Amino acid sequence: MTIAEPSQSSMLDLLTGFIVELRAAGLPVSLTENLDAMQAITHIPIEDRNAFKYALAATLVKNNAHWRAFETVFEVYFSLRGPAYALGGGDELPELDDDDTAANPEAAGAGNGGGGGEALTPEQMAEMLFKALQQGDDAMLRALARQAVTRYAGMEPGRPVGGTYYLYRTLRNLDLDNVLEQLMSQAKEQAPAPLTPLEERLEQDEFQSRVDRLKQEIEAEIRRRLVADRGVEAMAKTLRKPLPEDVDFMHASREELMGLRKAIYPLTRKLAVRLARKRRHGRKGPLDFRNTVRHSLSYGGVPADPKFRYPRPAKPEIFVIADISGSVAAFARFTLQLVHAISGQFSRVRSFVFIDGIDEVTRFFEGVDDISQAIHRVNTEADVVWVDGHSDYGHAFEVFWDRYGREISPKTTILILGDARNNYHASQSWVIKEMRKKARHVYWLNPEPKAYWDTGDSIVGEYGAHCDGTYECRNLRQLEKFVEVLE
Amino acid sequence: MDSRFVSPDAVRSRLRDVDYLSDDAIAGVVFLADRLGKPILVEGPAGTGKTQLAKSVAEILGARLIRLQCYEGLDESKALYEWNYKKQLLRIQAERNNESTWEDIETDIFSDEFLLTRPLLEAIRSDDPVVLLIDEVDRVEIETEALLLEILSDYQVSIPELGTITAKQIPMVFLTSNNTRELSEALKRRCLFLHIDYPDMEREKEIVLTKVPEITDNLADQVTRIVRSIRQLELKKSPSVSETIDWARTLLMLGVESITEADAIDTLNILLKYQSDITRATKELSADTTQRRPGVPRTS
Repeated sequence: MTIAEPSQSSMLDLLTGFIVELRAAGLPVSLTENLDAMQAITHIPIEDRNAFKYALAATLVKNNAHWRAFETVFEVYFSLRGPAYALGGGDELPELDDDDTAANPEAAGAGNGGGGGEALTPEQMAEMLFKALQQGDDAMLRALARQAVTRYAGMEPGRPVGGTYYLYRTLRNLDLDNVLEQLMSQAKEQAPAPLTPLEERLEQDEFQSRVDRLKQEIEAEIRRRLVADRGVEAMAKTLRKPLPEDVDFMHASREELMGLRKAIYPLTRKLAVRLARKRRHGRKGPLDFRNTVRHSLSYGGVPADPKFRYPRPAKPEIFVIADISGSVAAFARFTLQLVHAISGQFSRVRSFVFIDGIDEVTRFFEGVDDISQAIHRVNTEADVVWVDGHSDYGHAFEVFWDRYGREISPKTTILILGDARNNYHASQSWVIKEMRKKARHVYWLNPEPKAYWDTGDSIVGEYGAHCDGTYECRNLRQLEKFVEVLE
Repeated sequence: MDSRFVSPDAVRSRLRDVDYLSDDAIAGVVFLADRLGKPILVEGPAGTGKTQLAKSVAEILGARLIRLQCYEGLDESKALYEWNYKKQLLRIQAERNNESTWEDIETDIFSDEFLLTRPLLEAIRSDDPVVLLIDEVDRVEIETEALLLEILSDYQVSIPELGTITAKQIPMVFLTSNNTRELSEALKRRCLFLHIDYPDMEREKEIVLTKVPEITDNLADQVTRIVRSIRQLELKKSPSVSETIDWARTLLMLGVESITEADAIDTLNILLKYQSDITRATKELSADTTQRRPGVPRTS
């Protein structure tokens, strides 16, 4: 079955399902875009899977951050039927041909059916893998990926296990770290002369990228088989992942955190532009009498064109007070990074971090280009533990007030970051009350979902009563929205 | 309307003829834009060939490139059209002695003769084929974007005094954006979206070989490998394709045949533009790889 074959209506059904799934994954697909996509695919040779994919992408995905989500859904909806599925059995892989065709996805659990009767031993397979990686033979890697899944993933029809489990099993059996090590030592033996670190590095990057490619193939293969087993819609649902801007700070996986780190830089640039623009526009200064009179001369003395003084709103000074205990550390890090990255928009940014003790960390950021390094120093060098290293907001606030309270001025905006889980210590919320009297604004940002506020030892409500606003800040989208409020 | 291209592959090979190496996505979207008569919104990091794409397409079509550079404060009179009011004044003064009526003069001074066309209107009114490039559209304010909407969806401009001017032929339209802000939904909806990222290693090598013909295959290979390695670091600004090309040229001029660490580190300032990036890359490139993973020298 190829995508060229289905009748018009079934193609339409498939596309409609596809778009519904895209929307469910959070991509904003409008009706016009939907129609454009339908129109676009009539213009391309439909058996060309790549062209088909890019036609859909160009009409449906208007934000590069959404590309991954699109790709996943596309794989699920169209890969099985696409010619790529036939690729594995193609002519270019003579040795594996028999095995390959025998292992059709429905019989995935049956292992290598051994059509040719000469199933590879694990050793042979490992050797072929090694060679393929060494030579960067893509076709072979693809075939081996399928083999590996058949052999090691142990997939059984109808078993309610996620793809990650199978991926883990396959990778564990292949032991790619070890393979990589061998590749390197082999290359070392063959080297005519000892080589410089630079060359070593390049070689390593090359092997690493091949291994990554293999991993992707394996993942795609598992996904293909799962789709065959469970059907398109169920599969799409299990694979659905939040878009980078919707990833929850508190529960982000390592991979998601990397994605977040990448997303934060363009975000800061955008915010800086937006804040600067907001400052320049949208506000008019007081009437400039002299200038108006001068311009009135060209209208015969009639002040027809009033002139205003150029507005020079004062830039706020920002105090960030962040809880960096384990549960909320990721959130504190992103917020500190964000605020410092746009510090040009404020007259001054001072940062304080606490767990049960509090320490000023502004010095780590001063004169440093590399914010992530500064954050690293905050995490390792700041003196934040007073007694036992469990959050104690009350004590931290008290100390803050004693040490720095005098420096709060009417220009200061204070941001407090934390989940307000105080381990049942005294709240000392009077500090917040006093702060608010002196400061321009006091805002509280809480990375917990609103439903959890004031449950257990969370006392955000008690603190929030004295703030100008408490905001739920679970993901980049909410954080971005909040920063725009700042002025 | 006749289509300009037969297939995505045709786009690709014709772009290659003018030394623009595209990939599936680029060729596919250009092809579709032509068939659907839609503008292309090209987005991506700086220096990956967004503007060059428009220029190259203009070149293969033998079309004139009309470029509108966007900036903050761009307005109607700079983008669309303006009445030549000095000429209008002259006209009125010249009429003073004659007996013409108010209506005559009014229809007269709001005619074609007194209209100054700006890039957008010019693209619409042109008889010969044109490619319209609206460069760095993310620099205009969100309100100004609205100016573009009529042109982008219907290829027409409404001038109150003259009526609606419709395009004689649908031009290819490219909008580029460096993504400094989110463009409005209305604008995005009207365009096909194309993200041009850094090319993969093979394509980048081809680009280097095409743009720097004197370079040896070996050197080009090394250049692109090192650039790939550098792009994996967390940098403020990753090296762009144009910087890769500059670097290859520099190395060639210095007579380098095979890049050593010292060569790479000495010339890093061509690839990277921030001191902190250079420091970091220097550290990484000369670092002993055995610390990261078991390292092995190269075979060749």
